[in-house]
Amino acid sequence: MSTTSAAVGHDHGGDNYLTASHGFRSWFFTLDHKRIGVMYLISILGSFLLGGIFALLIRTELLTPTKTIVDADAYNQVFTLHGAIMIFLFIIPGIPAALGNFVLPIMLGAKDVAFPRLNLLSYHLYVVGALFSVMAILFGSVDTGWTFYTPYSTTTSTNVVAITLGVFILGFSSIFTGLNFIVTIHKMRPEGMGWFNLPLMLWALYATAIIQVLATPVLGITVLMLIVERTLGIGIFDPALGGDPVLFQHFFWFYSHPAVYIMILPAMGVISELISAFSRKTIFGYKAIAYSSVAIAVLSFLVWGHHMFVSGQSSLANMVFSALTFSVSIPSAVKVFNWVATLYKGSIRLDTPMIYALSFIFLFGIGGLTGLFLGALATDVHLHDTYFIVAHFHYVMMGGVLIAFLGGLHYWWPKMFGRMYSEAWGKFAAWLIFVGFNVTFFTQFVMGSKGMPRRYFNYPEEFTSYHVISSAGSYLLAIGFFIVAVYLVHSLVKGPKAPANPWGAATLEWQTSSPPPLHNFTAPPVVGDPYDYSDVVYDPTRGGYVKGERARV
Amino acid sequence: MSHGGKPERPATAPGHPGKPRLGHHYDTYEQQFDSNKLGMWLFLVTEILLFGGLFCAYAVYRAKHPEVFIYAHYFLDVNLGAINTVVLLFSSLTAAWAVRAAQLGQRRLLVALLTITIVCGCGFLGIKGIEYSEKWKHGLLWGKNFDYEALHHGDHTGADDHGEAAESGETADHGTAGVADQATPADPDAALAEGTGPTATGDATATTSSAGEISNIPASAMGPPGLAAAQMVAEGHGSLEDVPRNVHLFFGIYFIMTGLHALHVIVGMVVLLWLLVRASKGEFGTQYFTPVDLGGLYWHLVDVIWIFLFPLLYLIH
Repeated sequence: MSTTSAAVGHDHGGDNYLTASHGFRSWFFTLDHKRIGVMYLISILGSFLLGGIFALLIRTELLTPTKTIVDADAYNQVFTLHGAIMIFLFIIPGIPAALGNFVLPIMLGAKDVAFPRLNLLSYHLYVVGALFSVMAILFGSVDTGWTFYTPYSTTTSTNVVAITLGVFILGFSSIFTGLNFIVTIHKMRPEGMGWFNLPLMLWALYATAIIQVLATPVLGITVLMLIVERTLGIGIFDPALGGDPVLFQHFFWFYSHPAVYIMILPAMGVISELISAFSRKTIFGYKAIAYSSVAIAVLSFLVWGHHMFVSGQSSLANMVFSALTFSVSIPSAVKVFNWVATLYKGSIRLDTPMIYALSFIFLFGIGGLTGLFLGALATDVHLHDTYFIVAHFHYVMMGGVLIAFLGGLHYWWPKMFGRMYSEAWGKFAAWLIFVGFNVTFFTQFVMGSKGMPRRYFNYPEEFTSYHVISSAGSYLLAIGFFIVAVYLVHSLVKGPKAPANPWGAATLEWQTSSPPPLHNFTAPPVVGDPYDYSDVVYDPTRGGYVKGERARV
Repeated sequence: MSHGGKPERPATAPGHPGKPRLGHHYDTYEQQFDSNKLGMWLFLVTEILLFGGLFCAYAVYRAKHPEVFIYAHYFLDVNLGAINTVVLLFSSLTAAWAVRAAQLGQRRLLVALLTITIVCGCGFLGIKGIEYSEKWKHGLLWGKNFDYEALHHGDHTGADDHGEAAESGETADHGTAGVADQATPADPDAALAEGTGPTATGDATATTSSAGEISNIPASAMGPPGLAAAQMVAEGHGSLEDVPRNVHLFFGIYFIMTGLHALHVIVGMVVLLWLLVRASKGEFGTQYFTPVDLGGLYWHLVDVIWIFLFPLLYLIH
């Protein structure tokens, strides 16, 4: 390891970070945040594929009211693995660890994150955690649902320990990423980069990191207690031993609700970048967006009880949690309002990333507003544990986070790999995913409000048509993702070379070459307003944009 | 020495001796030091939150079952706990002093202080080990492994229990009988061996006549006045109901909290050992002492957590 990383640290011979050194070890033991970001990207896309296959199995099974392709036990395992893999291996690390790792130091104008080794350790922990989860699948599987509720999780014969151990390790991976980002943003800002010169993506990543650092340890101790409960029978969550299973729910959601914001906040950061860049207009209400990220992070710790409205919580607690839940909609609405206001009178360009950004606003709007239905105590009793809630969190998690992730991926793809993908295919796939998504999940709102319970294997005949429509939508989604995968891989090989700034954006990462050099900048970047497009002009000789005189240095 | 240990490592990922140029992304030494320190503090925050979950579980169960905590804590040895508190506090002093020694470049003093700190850590673990083995011997364990026979011996076949009690009474360490500091020396051993610690603490007169037939319960009646739980215990006399239900919950929490803490002590000692090796090579000096500083911070955290664990578990009234 020492020679390799030393080589990575020393070698200035290559033109960019991709060609600076070669071989498996030069990647797997690299300390370069860009390579770590790319490795994260590959890993989380692999996880997404796995989770997606499970999703398709679920939807295919639900085509008929009785058994279609798998039996009931296998179905329980499949939806558990779909949830656990998507949440812990894809969505949580998705934007911060993959895209964030790549862009954060460059957007900041730094050479790397504050702790490159910790960053690498975080990735290695991710790999180990993922292996534990895969082991759980291979040996005995898991059928508890991704929430691992006790007492079922302490009594089921499936392999809960392996996957919770995986979650524990993944938690540390997430903590280290968050810790690294906080320190980097605090201490690594170059001359002139004040807090209010930070691109909003960085504000979002900062708010995310706060939650990662403060909430994830609680998940760690929760799953640790669950593991001890299962292996030693310690009795804390076991009613037979005087323990309290609802306490597990409290602990679990004390992390897992903030975790929802670990997922959505960086997505909102991406959208802030995309909306402004593709409207060629200064972001509306910069400070309001920045502070609303922090406000969401703070509020996220105070609303976990809304997952337990029907778990026997006191009605006073229910009312308090319901009121606090509604308050989260204020900073969220501030953001949506500001994005829409940014679009107003902007020179909007409907490139692929922008289509995803607009999809995000639409889908997140639906996902957020249906959250209010669930935050209201009376309607929640009716909608709890139905497909309505499944649709709600898919609108936020998938329609929100995944769409933003895809938008960010398309936006920074030329920066990461120095190649342009096919715009036509990109737009087509973006629309297909948008349509497929709505067909899949809007249907679920309808059947949920009619009373179809979530997680059921068999269902009454009357729901058949809804399930068939929903499954058809999921196949559309699968085709859309397949198209994306094909043209992105194709672009790596055959794509035209990307200019330094293909979109005309003003943040610092577009001032360096595509892909960036090993230490991100050949000359120290000049920090200015990240959303000032007045001096960003198209330069036909470069096939891209340049920012004033400064970029020509 | 001045340059060999240039501060280039992320402080929270110890174990990789220095390599040149790894600090390339920092502009100044000061920036690097500040970053490392902030990173360490954030890491300590996560540690506190990790334990925070357990403290929260403690609070919930103590609020729900105060009688369990009052009853069960008599089985813990306050003296050993107190000794351990002193040992850890002293080790924190030497750890803090070690940082000072590193800053002043006093290499031999630094090595000595780190060694003392590690020895204190060993002492802490040793005493903890004695406490654990006592609990183990008497079946005072967590959840399903808890041996209620140990508490209910009076209601079972007396002869067997007494035989057992006498045996283990002989082997019991006198030091561990500290709970019964008010009782006559002969009784606490037997009482402890039988798992009747509460008796011994509560009322020596009750146990003086104890051939084991009189259970621990009347003695517990002498527990802290004004507490409903104590009165509950007071009302019953020598019957099964006097042992609160779910006593094992206390021991579950006791073992998971002190166990996780002990794990942190071990990790802290590994860190200190690593610092000791580097210190003896003379890698630290007035220019470079970050790892000692951060390792010391971690050790203080371990200490602070114990400062909370000791009263919450041992000194319940």
